[in-house]
Amino acid sequence: MSKLKAITSVRNVRRYGKPIVFLVCLYPAAWLALQWYFAYTGQPHGLGFNFFEFTNRTTGEWALRYLLVALAVTPVAKLTKSFKPILFRRMLGLFAFFYVTIHMCSYVFLDLEGNMAEFIEAIAERLFITVGMLAFVLLIPLAATSFDKAQHWLGLERWRKLHKLVYIITPLGILHFYMMQKTTTPEPFIYLGIYILLMAIRYLDKRRAKA
Amino acid sequence: MTLIKTLKQWQESENNVTPERIYLNRRKFMTKSGVFAASAVGGMLAANKLLLAADGTPLKKLPHQKTQYNPGEELTTEQAITSYNNFYEFGTNKTDPAKNAHRLTIEPWKVKVMGLTEAPGVYDIDDLIDYNNLEERIYRLRCVEAWSMVIPWVGVSLASVLEKLKPLSTAKYVRFQTKLDTEEMPWTLTQGLDFPYVEGLRMDEALNPLSFMAVGLYGKELPKQNGAPMRLVVPWKYGFKSIKSIVSIEFTDQKPLTTWEKSAPHEYGFYANVNPNVDHPRWRQGKERRIGEFRRRETLMFNGYEEEVAHMYKDMDLTKFY
Ligand code: HEM
Repeated sequence: MSKLKAITSVRNVRRYGKPIVFLVCLYPAAWLALQWYFAYTGQPHGLGFNFFEFTNRTTGEWALRYLLVALAVTPVAKLTKSFKPILFRRMLGLFAFFYVTIHMCSYVFLDLEGNMAEFIEAIAERLFITVGMLAFVLLIPLAATSFDKAQHWLGLERWRKLHKLVYIITPLGILHFYMMQKTTTPEPFIYLGIYILLMAIRYLDKRRAKA
Repeated sequence: MTLIKTLKQWQESENNVTPERIYLNRRKFMTKSGVFAASAVGGMLAANKLLLAADGTPLKKLPHQKTQYNPGEELTTEQAITSYNNFYEFGTNKTDPAKNAHRLTIEPWKVKVMGLTEAPGVYDIDDLIDYNNLEERIYRLRCVEAWSMVIPWVGVSLASVLEKLKPLSTAKYVRFQTKLDTEEMPWTLTQGLDFPYVEGLRMDEALNPLSFMAVGLYGKELPKQNGAPMRLVVPWKYGFKSIKSIVSIEFTDQKPLTTWEKSAPHEYGFYANVNPNVDHPRWRQGKERRIGEFRRRETLMFNGYEEEVAHMYKDMDLTKFY
């Protein structure tokens, strides 16, 4: 036990844990970039037959996963009674933003070929895009205030309040996924279940703290 | 004009396209650009596998005649056509059917014929399809999801099949149904569509010379993921109208309620004619992505078959009858 404690010392978490998690989180994007390179240079690749759809879907799924993983950090910290998971929270949240951004860019630049009129029309007329866009726009202030100084500027309380937006952004992302599907498959409900579980843990913990 | 006569006409107009031309086209396709080459190389690597069905049995070659039905565009590679599919009975991801459709049993294949016909009954597939008179037709396929392919089908005209089934003159529509077997297709229990899959055509649409019953593609039997052993091909309509693995044909005077229309009536209509001017709530229909191409292309009215089919809809408001 003491050995484990030594291995997971704050210093080690900072020095080794974070870079490792960083690389793991980057992997899907790096893999995707490599496949695009293969496709361009005429080598066998993993993008399937509709590169655009594949890229968009993969990044959308990863965006949702990272949102949920970031949302899981605090409950995990509470359950394990350790603050160390919190050390990864900002990075995970920023990766969620990173994947949403590529996801949106893949839609705008690959699918719509950068046609901004079509993009605006899509936001106005296709409700699932409107919802996704809302989630993306709400993520911007969170990403923009993710660095340490922002906490000082805003004050911890206000910063915390602002970052509670993610409680809304995540279900918007799930709703967007649900709406985007042609038929009702179990997947969005699995994501929803995880979201509800994470929120329930938060709620119960708060009640216990109050009692 | 009787059906038989039309049939003859088509047979006379065969042989305008030689196989050589097709192969030359393909070669050009392969070298056109890096990205195209990528798919083509993939196709070549998998060429050996392609002669096999998903369960490992070889796909039989189908002797057939060439026809004039050829838009003269680059063919989509066989690998793309047989790996990128919508066949929700076997899963909703495009790669699912190629993985899962081997579970479908197609022998023996019986088709139930019912409704307003002089000849109801259960038919063997060989009674419906004249395997000695197969022809190839190269058609565009445009999916409602705004992607498209060019596919060399092998089969017979739908009219030649329906002719054998002697519909009554009171029949206004024909309704088709896909096989449903929850053991072979456990996905039907979870994928949120009401199965069995149902499609339909107005009688004049069904008898239009373009309507086709395919039993093969690229000169071989249909792979299961493409709707073996027999499927409809209606090239001027969105792909979901071209129902796969047909087990029943019913003549009726009621407009059939099709699966997609039932699931979302404001999104999918009965007609589902390819129409760049009427957008779907999810997808803009003005442009499409041809599988294997990098840039989008303009979608054509009736998928480019306006001349052959527009007359059937001339008094209809196509924004209402989408
Ligand atoms: C928090 C923000 C977002 C999340 C979590 C998210 C997540 C997802 C997910 C999970 C899918 C389905 C992938 C699949 O079927 O496997 C999807 C699809 C899609 N998303 Fe998003 N998304 C977000 C924002 C956006 C934005 C801002 C746009 C564009 C403006 C967008 C455009 C699309 C499109 C066009 C599709 C459908 C692609 C298709 O039909 O194949 N999304 N998204």
